[in-house]
Amino acid sequence: MKNWIILAAATLLLATVALSGNNYLLRLATIMCMYAALAQSWNFIGGMAGYPSFATAAFFGLGAYASGVLQTHGVPMIAAWGLAGLVALAFAAFIGGAILHLRGHYFAIASLIIAEMLREIVNTTPDLTGGGMGLNLPILRISVGAQAQFFFIAMLLLAALTTAAAIIVQNSKLGFGLRCIQQNEDAANILGVNTYGYKTAAFVLSAVFAGIAGAIYASWVNYIEPPDVFDILLAVKPLVMVLLGGIGTVFGPAIGAVILLTFEEVVWRNFLTIHAAALGVIIILLVLFLPNGLLSLIREHLAKRGAAK
Amino acid sequence: MINLQILANGLVLGGLYACIAVGFSLVWGVLNVINILHGTFIVLGSYVAFFAYNYGGIHPFVAVILAGGVLYVAGYALQRGLINRVIVAPVLITLTLTFGLDLVLNNAMLVAFTADYRKINLTNPLGSIEIGPIFLPGDRVAAMALALLLTVLLYWLLRNTRIGRAIVAVRMDREAATLMGVEVNHVNAVTFGIGALMAGAAGALLSIVYPISPLNSSLFLGKAFVVCVLGGLGSVPGAMVGGLVLGIIESFGAFWFGPEHAVTISFALLLLLLFVRPSGLLGKKGYE
Repeated sequence: MKNWIILAAATLLLATVALSGNNYLLRLATIMCMYAALAQSWNFIGGMAGYPSFATAAFFGLGAYASGVLQTHGVPMIAAWGLAGLVALAFAAFIGGAILHLRGHYFAIASLIIAEMLREIVNTTPDLTGGGMGLNLPILRISVGAQAQFFFIAMLLLAALTTAAAIIVQNSKLGFGLRCIQQNEDAANILGVNTYGYKTAAFVLSAVFAGIAGAIYASWVNYIEPPDVFDILLAVKPLVMVLLGGIGTVFGPAIGAVILLTFEEVVWRNFLTIHAAALGVIIILLVLFLPNGLLSLIREHLAKRGAAK
Repeated sequence: MINLQILANGLVLGGLYACIAVGFSLVWGVLNVINILHGTFIVLGSYVAFFAYNYGGIHPFVAVILAGGVLYVAGYALQRGLINRVIVAPVLITLTLTFGLDLVLNNAMLVAFTADYRKINLTNPLGSIEIGPIFLPGDRVAAMALALLLTVLLYWLLRNTRIGRAIVAVRMDREAATLMGVEVNHVNAVTFGIGALMAGAAGALLSIVYPISPLNSSLFLGKAFVVCVLGGLGSVPGAMVGGLVLGIIESFGAFWFGPEHAVTISFALLLLLLFVRPSGLLGKKGYE
């Protein structure tokens, strides 16, 4: 119950940003919501089930292209977003069947390769997807300010929806099963947890929202190309955000997204040429010194204070 | 006849792929680390060869030694100083760490060398070799021969030297090796150093075949992935077979389906192989 109240309050509070009328702020907030949704989606398979998935970029790009291609064939925008989510879902169910029996490094590599493969497929089918030339999407015929507000609200709702799904899963049998898999898959299997079904469910959940995020992104920027939407950083950044915020928690991923992007924005503005290196340094420091995330610091602090009393 | 030519092209390519992947495979097998830095190490080796040739007049085949040496020291230090701290952590952590390191190193290369593609233009190229109906560029064949020689040398080193046998021991059973008095931290760092050395050497050899740019690192890394999974993990013969197989498949694939599909084919093959035989063509089951 507490989680639901926090979610509702945070969503309402953030929605007021739309009223500010500051397009720079809106753009930043839209990106934050997008990454919050991506980080939340990764958390299903990576955090709860403990499978090192790098497939987020694949789902994101697939969603973007599915929606883009559908829209150029006359499907209305919102319907195309939903359908893109379904495409990502079907794709994840199919590919999950092939790679979810792998563990550890093999799973990581297989999931990493999926985005590369989709990218190559898009590159080599120019008739459908525009290939390396990219794909133009229909432009929304409303004012620039209204567009900014519209896409911000869309991304915010998606982030909220993904978080809601995380809350539901966390408290359900599925979430319990996933945590069992994360701790000891073989034991979970022996005790009667349908590990294969649960893993596939987590993988599919991580695909749907990432696919919709890609679809909304595509409509937002109007133009997509393979290196942009299949960028490996789209798979790595959400993962870093989850590590930053706290792996396997409900709000950690979203908090991590806000922190990382705020930092990135500051670096990006001031040191453009080394922003990739700055991100690298954060990752290194995070992995070496704070593998349980920033929230763990606060929790430890609270625990210590509790013990002192 | 054309098939023979394609086969020969594939073998030449495959020899270089084997050299690209063998260091990556060793690090993965022994340290249980997916080293995202590997592609960047290769590019760094290419730059060493480029500058050695343009400013010192050193032929890339000689610069192999220099590139290997520089990268060995860098790899050893990086492992000992940073990666060793999380060596027992789960995959996600070590992989993310090497990814972070890669971002830093690749960005540093972009700033230092810019993203421009550079090329070594040899003043006296070896010309082309003609065997019956097959034509091959001499420099490429020499590079492939050197690449295979280095790979065989590594194989010999692992079998017959003290440190090599220690590496194999750690690969087989880390705890038992520790109990037998193997200094695991040192072995880890040496292994990572050798991985970097092979990457640097491969980079120096590739510098006469491919254009050089920091942007190429992910391309090489992708090849290393595929070769490793194809051949089976952590074994030198596996990387060699995987490299040659990939080279042949890519060159036939490019001929049959068009060169733009070569990469798709190799990745599709990788996924298929992971599905039916995750331990690779030469891999042993349960030894991963």
